[in-house]
Amino acid sequence: MADEKDREEIIVAEFHKKIKEAFEVFDHESNNTVDVREIGTIIRSLGCCPTEGELHDLIAEVEEEEPTGYIRFEKFLPVMTEILLERRYRPIPEDVLLRAFEVLDSAKRGFLTKDELIKYMTEEDRVSLCRLGW
Amino acid sequence: MGSGTSTRHHSAFQNAERTFKAAALIQRWYRRYVARLEMRRRCTWSIFQSIEYAGQQDQVKLHDFFSYLMDHFIPSSHNEREFLTRMFTEDRFTQDPEMEKCSDYESIEVPDSYTGPRLSFPLLPDHATALIEAFRLKQQLHARYVLNLLYETKKHLVQLPNINRVSTCYSEEITVCGDLHGQLDDLIFIFYKNGLPSPERSYVFNGDFVDRGKDSVEILMILFAFMLVYPKEFHLNRGNHEDHMVNLRYGFTKEVMNKYKIHGKEILRTLQDVFCWLPLATLIDEKVLILHGGVSDITDLELLDKIERNKIVSTMRCKTRQKSEKQMEEKGKANRKSSAQEPIPWFLPQSRSLPSSPLRLSSYKAHKTNRSSSIPCGGCLDGRELSRQVRSSVELELERCRQQAGLLVTGQKEEASRSASEADSEAGELQKPTQEEWRQVVDILWSDPMAQEGCKANTIRGGGCYFGPDVTQQLLQKYNLQFLIRSHECKPEGYEFCHNRKVLTIFSASNYYEVGSNRGAYVKLGPALTPHIVQYQANKVTNTLTMRQRISRVEESALRALREKLFAHSSDLLSEFKKHDADKVGLITLSDWAAAVESVLHLGLPWRMLRSQLVNSSADNMLEYKSWLKNLAKEQLSHENIQSSLLETLYRNRSNLETIFRIIDSDHSGFISLDEFRQTWKLLSSHMNIDITDDCICDLARSIDFNKDGHIDINEFLEAFRLVEKSCLEGDTSECPQATNAKDSGCNSPAFSVSAHCNSASWVQTILLPQPPE
Repeated sequence: MADEKDREEIIVAEFHKKIKEAFEVFDHESNNTVDVREIGTIIRSLGCCPTEGELHDLIAEVEEEEPTGYIRFEKFLPVMTEILLERRYRPIPEDVLLRAFEVLDSAKRGFLTKDELIKYMTEEDRVSLCRLGW
Repeated sequence: MGSGTSTRHHSAFQNAERTFKAAALIQRWYRRYVARLEMRRRCTWSIFQSIEYAGQQDQVKLHDFFSYLMDHFIPSSHNEREFLTRMFTEDRFTQDPEMEKCSDYESIEVPDSYTGPRLSFPLLPDHATALIEAFRLKQQLHARYVLNLLYETKKHLVQLPNINRVSTCYSEEITVCGDLHGQLDDLIFIFYKNGLPSPERSYVFNGDFVDRGKDSVEILMILFAFMLVYPKEFHLNRGNHEDHMVNLRYGFTKEVMNKYKIHGKEILRTLQDVFCWLPLATLIDEKVLILHGGVSDITDLELLDKIERNKIVSTMRCKTRQKSEKQMEEKGKANRKSSAQEPIPWFLPQSRSLPSSPLRLSSYKAHKTNRSSSIPCGGCLDGRELSRQVRSSVELELERCRQQAGLLVTGQKEEASRSASEADSEAGELQKPTQEEWRQVVDILWSDPMAQEGCKANTIRGGGCYFGPDVTQQLLQKYNLQFLIRSHECKPEGYEFCHNRKVLTIFSASNYYEVGSNRGAYVKLGPALTPHIVQYQANKVTNTLTMRQRISRVEESALRALREKLFAHSSDLLSEFKKHDADKVGLITLSDWAAAVESVLHLGLPWRMLRSQLVNSSADNMLEYKSWLKNLAKEQLSHENIQSSLLETLYRNRSNLETIFRIIDSDHSGFISLDEFRQTWKLLSSHMNIDITDDCICDLARSIDFNKDGHIDINEFLEAFRLVEKSCLEGDTSECPQATNAKDSGCNSPAFSVSAHCNSASWVQTILLPQPPE
């Protein structure tokens, strides 16, 4: 039991270092804050793959009560550690991704044109449909 | 179950939903992909910047070390004294008398076979444009015209004030460009896109025209030519690279000597003069101040206006007038002011006994998080007690260095500084600048803006300050200015605003670190002086690459540089790794790896982010560090098997060594005498922790001198010579017989074999001497 607890502490410590590193890359003023618009990049570079909707929720969690446009490290760290521990927002396996492309390519040509892809990617309804729990 | 239509609707809806979900999935994945690319891009940038600044630090450290030795060292013989004086004193040639008499260039014959541009003075606009065209076709301007142009340039510059005042009412627009660093393509592109200079089109080039890139000479020729043709509309500011000491290290000196084998020396000597006469700043409409680096909390434009700027030949730590002289001048000012202004040299033990010294060098990232109280540059040490402490620890350290260098000491520090200043007055006729004057200029040329308020020493670069938004505000208010334009720092987009848009950084050398690394930019000031930025990237290749390919290329280049640095610190890394491996299993965790690497390299990089690129993913997150280091070494070694730890020391000191050799070769003859070589080596060995006996040095020097004429041809030496340790051909370096040599007194001339390949990395060989101590 004690062993497991030690191991978890070590894992958490390692996560903390990873998160700090990723955070610091975007901490341009070196004051432990990052622009809220970079949070998505930070979270994703740590291996997570949230939807936009999930991301918005996350941001709400780490923002100040009165949003300043900046996220502080102190608030970000515990939330992000939790995410990593729970292995939330896992990235998409390749075969699932391939199937998604195949769905869009109804004519089974094996490709999508640039315009088609742009069309699919930019329609706003996606966001709300994401919330259907994909 | 329902009617036909509703089923059809239902399945249609289902289809649509599937499509939406698929698209959403792809979006998610794509966002992650982009995020990872962005992260890689930023990390790559950090790598380049931290290595660049660490390199600059090195340069300053080295120069400080030498100047310090120069100040405090008492040569035991007349020869040694002369040698040192010559080596370290900035050669100030009294040009003016030379200027009056017929300059040497007129005696230089230009052969009929020369097809390059021929200049005649006074220059016409056509000459300047012809230069651009000629250089575009890769022609080289003949030395005679180079020198002629330089002499005319100097004549012009001498008439200019320190702060050039420019008005927009004469020309319709003013374009300000930043660092070019020898990248001719960028200059040509700017003129192509923005138009050539003309009475209607003013230009300001904000310093750092030379070094690093390969066409520094050509850039200078073009810029000087236009300045002579349009003196009222074409303006140049001095940058920190317009400095012969900096040029020794960053490539300009080398470029000149390579392109002008016969007259290179003279060109360099003349350039020294031209550089120190470049104006320090340009002021547009009394509203926009343009200078190369930045400002500090003590920047005084009135003082800057008045100093004799040509006294500051180099902004590397230069000789300033003795404090005692100055004190006498100032009619009995309190001693307190000057007693402890001498900053403590970095190589002395200071962290133990003394508070944070402004010159304590730190890593690129670490400085940014250092929230210590804003120390006004250079003034934080207080008290005579402190200076006494300094003196005693200095004496101890100095004694150690002297003993190692085998030189005797007679006399005290006071005498030393007096004799050093005697040497000064012998060496140059011009009066030296005061400490304050020098400081003002260094601040202008070396400072960087920071986000936090205050003003603290720029420990990364080793000179100038970091200045905060409050300092900017204070300055703008004091002199009623609108904003500041500066350069000095490479930016991914070629420009960057900061301090509430009161400071604009403009950088015109695109692809500075590597093809695809950054854009270049210039800024046009329109009516009401509103800035309008134009960006570019002068390289066709990048346009055909995808973003990912571009980022990958730059990244690979950065990683290569990083691996080189890691290799250069192999021994230190090994001992650090061992500390984490108490049980001596040969394994450490990846987390320990990251901690160890940072504690050795001090680069402040996100090692965990970079880990996958530097370390092969190992099972269960453990790393066999010894084999990792071996693999690093394998990558760095080429065909010849060179003693690994020596190579490591070499790599670490490579640019230093080359710089040092060029400093020794003060007349740029390409030769250094055996004696000079020996003496320099002795001084160096104590600095670099290499144990070398006198005999070894002599042996080495003699073995390098092929034709036995008492001189070492530096070019050959650096480029063609190769020494291989026969006894250490393959296998584990720890078993290398070299290790045992250290026990014997001196080296017993290990069997050196010479292979005569020509290779640019070959300077390495020289130092294949006895093992550095474990």
